[in-house]
Amino acid sequence: MDALDKAIVNQLQGGFPITDRPYAEVAETLGIPEAELLARLESLLSRGILSRFGPMYHAERLGGSLILTAMQVPSEDYERVAEIVNAMPEIAHNYEREHVLNMWFVVATETPEAAQAALDAIAEKTGYPVYPMPKLKEFFVGLRLEA
Amino acid sequence: MALNDDDKAVIAAVQAGLPLVERPYAAIAEELGMTEDQLILTLSRLVDQGQIKRFGVVVRHHELGYRANAMVVWDVPDEQVAAAAAAMVETQLVSLCYRRPRRPGWPYNLFCMLHGRSREETLGKLATLRLQPELAELSCEVLFSTRRFKQRGARYHEKGEEA
Repeated sequence: MDALDKAIVNQLQGGFPITDRPYAEVAETLGIPEAELLARLESLLSRGILSRFGPMYHAERLGGSLILTAMQVPSEDYERVAEIVNAMPEIAHNYEREHVLNMWFVVATETPEAAQAALDAIAEKTGYPVYPMPKLKEFFVGLRLEA
Repeated sequence: MALNDDDKAVIAAVQAGLPLVERPYAAIAEELGMTEDQLILTLSRLVDQGQIKRFGVVVRHHELGYRANAMVVWDVPDEQVAAAAAAMVETQLVSLCYRRPRRPGWPYNLFCMLHGRSREETLGKLATLRLQPELAELSCEVLFSTRRFKQRGARYHEKGEEA
């Protein structure tokens, strides 16, 4: 990434206008032509530095469910369990972490019932208990990572 | 604040991301059979109502060089959770801060995420957090991620997904 890519990433983490010519507005703020911004964004997306360009939803306000869940998986069985969990469309993120609870994933579904069904299915298919850790209160989401 | 069918169609249409064209909302509106103005009004309302938290980019922190990512979990006396969370957010170092339930054998009830380009940098941010008087005395654990298997946004109201 060069300086302009970084400026674009940093600028856009602050939000995006919902107006008829949003890219033109952002380009003007950055002092570059609209066509250059579009080309740069295409490149940033294709290189995987940006994963998506659009809305971040509030799952619960859409009637959906988003549950952080932990599991304790023996290392010799980790790959099998990871494969099962990763293959499920309800799983949005899955990370291995250094702890006794060593697998942490997010179950994202359109309804709470579907989330419970996914948690039940994982416990049944893997043979290990799952520990849902639902959000009780959100104090903060979002961070600008300086590119 | 219930979603109507138009809201659901709009949510489904924009979640994969906006097209990189001069009038992205016009392009989406055309697909949906609505006008650009209608789409812009609907999206603005969904933001105002909070169903859309924000509109912008989703940055892949790993690809930006932030490879030392840790979930830090804190055991906070229940009556101090709000103050501890406020102190954490105040530092502007954490990307998330959630209260979650304790579990047997798991005393932690406040979760945050720290990102760094190295473990030293991430642990340095944790040290800065712990300078806050509200956080200094709390016990916490750092769970660095070692592998990322999956990172995608949650998806809602996609056609066919409810079946």
